[in-house]
Amino acid sequence: MSAVPTQGRPVELDDVQGLVRSGYGGLTACFLLLRVKDPAAARAWLARAPVTSAVRTDRLHEQALHVAFTSEGLRALGVAPDVCAEFSAEFVAGMASDPARARRLGDVGASDPGGWRWGTGARTPHVAVLLYAGPGRLAAWEREVEAQCAAGFERIERLSTSATQGPEPFGFADGISQPKIDWERERPVGDHDRLDYDNLVCLGEFLLGYPNEYGLYTPRPLLASQRDPDGLLPRAEDAPERADLGRNGCYLVMRQLHQDVHGFWRALDRQAGGDADRRERLAAAMVGRKKDGDPLVAPGAANDFTYQSDPRGLRCPLGAHIRRSNPRNADLPPGGRGLLSRLWRMLGFNAAALEQDLVASTRFHRLLRRGRKYGDVAAAVRSAAAHPSGAEVGLHFICLAANIKRQFEFVQSAWLVGSKFAGLAGERDPLVGHRLPDAGGFPTDGFSMPQAAGPDCRLSGLPQFVTVQGGAYFFLPGIRALRYLATAR
Amino acid sequence: MTPQSQFMVLARVAPGRERDLRELLTTMNSAAPGMADPANTVLPFGQFERLHFARLAVLDDPSIGDIEAYDVPRPDLPIYLALIGSCDGPADECIADLARRADAGLRRIFAHCEGFDAHGDLAAWMREHRRPIAANYIDWVGRTVRQVKEESALARALAAKVPRAPLESGAQAQRLRRELIEFVDLEVSAGRLGLTPHDPTPLRWKLAKLVHLFAVPLVGLALAPFLIVLSPLLVYCLRTREKNDPEVCPPPDPAALLELQQLEDHDVSNQYTAIGSVKPGLFRRWLVTGLLVLIDYAARHVFTRGFLARVQTIHFAFWAFLDDKRRLVFTSNYDGGHEAYMDDFINKAAWGLNLSFSHGVGWPRTRWLVARGARIENRFKNYQRRHQLPTEVWYKAYPGLTLADLKRNQRIREGLEPAHVTDAEAEAWLRLL
Repeated sequence: MSAVPTQGRPVELDDVQGLVRSGYGGLTACFLLLRVKDPAAARAWLARAPVTSAVRTDRLHEQALHVAFTSEGLRALGVAPDVCAEFSAEFVAGMASDPARARRLGDVGASDPGGWRWGTGARTPHVAVLLYAGPGRLAAWEREVEAQCAAGFERIERLSTSATQGPEPFGFADGISQPKIDWERERPVGDHDRLDYDNLVCLGEFLLGYPNEYGLYTPRPLLASQRDPDGLLPRAEDAPERADLGRNGCYLVMRQLHQDVHGFWRALDRQAGGDADRRERLAAAMVGRKKDGDPLVAPGAANDFTYQSDPRGLRCPLGAHIRRSNPRNADLPPGGRGLLSRLWRMLGFNAAALEQDLVASTRFHRLLRRGRKYGDVAAAVRSAAAHPSGAEVGLHFICLAANIKRQFEFVQSAWLVGSKFAGLAGERDPLVGHRLPDAGGFPTDGFSMPQAAGPDCRLSGLPQFVTVQGGAYFFLPGIRALRYLATAR
Repeated sequence: MTPQSQFMVLARVAPGRERDLRELLTTMNSAAPGMADPANTVLPFGQFERLHFARLAVLDDPSIGDIEAYDVPRPDLPIYLALIGSCDGPADECIADLARRADAGLRRIFAHCEGFDAHGDLAAWMREHRRPIAANYIDWVGRTVRQVKEESALARALAAKVPRAPLESGAQAQRLRRELIEFVDLEVSAGRLGLTPHDPTPLRWKLAKLVHLFAVPLVGLALAPFLIVLSPLLVYCLRTREKNDPEVCPPPDPAALLELQQLEDHDVSNQYTAIGSVKPGLFRRWLVTGLLVLIDYAARHVFTRGFLARVQTIHFAFWAFLDDKRRLVFTSNYDGGHEAYMDDFINKAAWGLNLSFSHGVGWPRTRWLVARGARIENRFKNYQRRHQLPTEVWYKAYPGLTLADLKRNQRIREGLEPAHVTDAEAEAWLRLL
């Protein structure tokens, strides 16, 4: 975390796992959650596993493989405890580590880790192997990889996913809002206020070893060079005498989110009194986009908009899912650009600006999403409110970040689960929030939609639509770091 | 208007009694760790209707050895028990009230402290052990516990009553507002809602505030010539120290961190108690003293209406010196989670953190008193957790409510009062519901 050189080295794309650069929209996927059975055999496979890099080749369009570790997995592989301890505290502890984290993440009630299918106790994965392949080729690719790693690992879970085309289970186009990563390292590095929201984000927010939005290097394991005598690892930009185990890697957050599609549409149907148009409007208000993905606040804008023109939430409610998960605001609330005007806002003397200032500085809380839906989504979308499709559907949520706490955990706890987001009260995220009341018995199962004239239109008694059924924090290493972890003692 | 006060009663924990004391404090909590049971038998906080927040914490400073990085031997400083409260009206009255109505329980607590006379005058002993507060922040001066509770009930009643169909016209908004005011009047006269009028502002308080308003600038004016003459030297002193003061911000111990986190997020608000040593030397001692006078001045005269610069989530906070200004203790009651609290400060008011805390041993390196420091995100976050202490017992009089709620409810109440409002005002008021 020392001073930042003005010119950084170019990104070693051949050392970055390709998942950081691409979600492989055209490929089908399945995720294998493994536990180490024989450390030596496991390491032997990891040393030569055909991991796909971020260098784009034609092969990328056929198949891909990615490998990520939990902290328990690193320990099981025999990585030195002092090295493990240098990863971030959240990663070391794990997603289901304790009730305090569960409270923060909203993993309570029906989402309590005690009821998870995987991610706790002996069902904590050590390694996630993410497989991607072109149409019809996944099964063969999976067989091949499973045969390779059978000696070292036992499989505790196979997470299948459904085709990427089509909407997510509630029926909405998904995956539209993504940060643009500064691969070219063009965004000025340094620590100054940004007066505009920008979708371009410093590389260091998503890859370790590069400066983040504060102009600093996020802490990660930096090893004395004698621990890397063969020079397997890149050297750290901010500490050239140290080997950077984090460089070109990042954290990967995975959560299995079960979606109650029938419950969702039935609840909205009830709220809409059976009026199909109104039901659609309510659903769109809760999401913040229409089903085709068009943002309510700026039709036609896809991912290129902010909420500055809609401070009261007349077009897109303040509590809409996409507004909570990415409020798209700058470091200072809107106002003049002059020094005095900025100073005035900085001191809190501009009352209008303060009203919009409960949530700020979105750029420090961005997620790069790589999730996949699962189950018979098409059937679930078709039957919607009409009848339960019987299909288990949901999302294998995946996001990549350099700082689990400031990115994933912050967005999840302060913005999505938080019942007081942006001055709201009585509601959590309408899609993913749990509905347990706040201290004092205040209900949180509502949803408010401001109207141009009159009090907010308000829904109440919403049931919980999304239940967490598993989850873990992984480290998705750079490829050289992966080889190092497979060989180092 | 009833002004608010804060107090800290501080006593040394008697040797060998710390464990028993912690055990006793734990019995005061509900099922959630650290959250006071408002009706606990030792000190039933809920019975004290003027108490906004209260806490009991054992101030056992785990970072006390950090000063060795400054070539100062590790000092032998006491472990204290702090009873801290934020209340309506003068603190002495609140303390007397506590002593009177929770006599037995307080005696049980303070029996673990040095020099406590089990049969002496409890209130007098507590008054003697009150420590001065160096800088005192109150989110909204004049908002009482009673007001918060009454206005919350009012807002709930109106939210349930108001029709939510879109309004046709301004006249309809006016009509609706009048109907709701009549509804409130009926509820009040039936005793289902209370809207107690504000008490008159005490004259003594107003005078003291006025004197303070002028006295501090006058003293500043008197000192100004000296400060101007000395400014090159002062700048030199500051900059050399800023460049050379060692940073001590390793990641917090995981077990200690978990202990703190177990106490958090049981309510929409949380508590923060931290302690640290002031950097050695007269320069830092005088600088931090002067800056806390200025912060206190700003909090008393400028930031009294819902915001501390850009931060709108702190109910009450204070800074107080301990041990002849060798140490500083800071406490706050804030809305939201800990991580959001810290990010809010880093992103909105890092300069303010630097002004007040950069004189603490180990603080991340600042530039010109306000720059860098807390902006060095990870070091700052490590630092603040390293200095945080578990708040063994924490009480909040209005669980489930944040400052945004309090402010909105207050505006709802205020909107009842005017006999005539414009159509736009009537609509704006209805939107609050």
